[in-house]
Amino acid sequence: MEMHSSTGLSSRKILMWTFIGSECMLFGSLITTYLVYRGKSVVGPYPEDLLNIPFITVTTFVLLMSSLMMVLALAAVQRGDMRWGKIWLFMTALLGMVFLGGQVFEFSHFVHEGLTLKTNLFGGTFFLLTGTHGAHVAVGVIWLLSLFFLAQRGRLTQANAETVEIAGLYWHFVDVVWIVLFTLIYLLV
Amino acid sequence: MSNSPEQAHPSTRTYVLVAAILAVITAVEVVVFYLEALDPVLVPVLLTLSAAKFTMVVGLFMHLKFDARLFRALFIGPLFVAIAVMMAMFLMYGVFRG
Repeated sequence: MEMHSSTGLSSRKILMWTFIGSECMLFGSLITTYLVYRGKSVVGPYPEDLLNIPFITVTTFVLLMSSLMMVLALAAVQRGDMRWGKIWLFMTALLGMVFLGGQVFEFSHFVHEGLTLKTNLFGGTFFLLTGTHGAHVAVGVIWLLSLFFLAQRGRLTQANAETVEIAGLYWHFVDVVWIVLFTLIYLLV
Repeated sequence: MSNSPEQAHPSTRTYVLVAAILAVITAVEVVVFYLEALDPVLVPVLLTLSAAKFTMVVGLFMHLKFDARLFRALFIGPLFVAIAVMMAMFLMYGVFRG
């Protein structure tokens, strides 16, 4: 059900875009902290010792493709094709879980190599920034799986397409944040 | 501010094409990262490629290009504030001095 405000626009979409705007400031502050302290660690391990560009490129590709799945899910639900809507929703959540698995693997490897939140400035700012992003991905995966199960039970239909659109806005934003983090953390070492 | 009505969204083919372009740009970013000859222009090139990907996802996948102007304002306004605060902090802490 779409709820319209005095602007004639959906209240829920206004709320989501406002939330996304506030998230820009949250991630802006975390990125700033990371970059301000970049290269200021006095003990290792340092970024160049640990960051694995080929591995993270693959997980980045996975997240980018999850955005394609998301937009295809919305298109399917909007045209009333719930079978493909469910498939694409599940695929989006699945790719999100693959990305999260990659992040868990990366974090475990870093901890094994001696980098924790307390080791140095790189560890503290890296885990805070990428961990916050990972938490957002986890929330997105739960959200998408909830929509998938609602669709399975017939409680998500073409009439609720806006519900999928709003989840999609959140998911694409998570992807957009990673586009920035991939460049700033991994490529501009 | 007037709110222009929502326009038609892109086709499935366009979405797939956009995703392919995003994948290619990501591959180009990694190639640029490994090419030592491009080290002097590494930062501007990577930031430009990243901005291109950012714009494509926000404009086409999030439909901001086609949606009401109010949504654009709600996103771009805080984004500019965030970027301005980041630039101010970078200047204060000498990030641009390397």
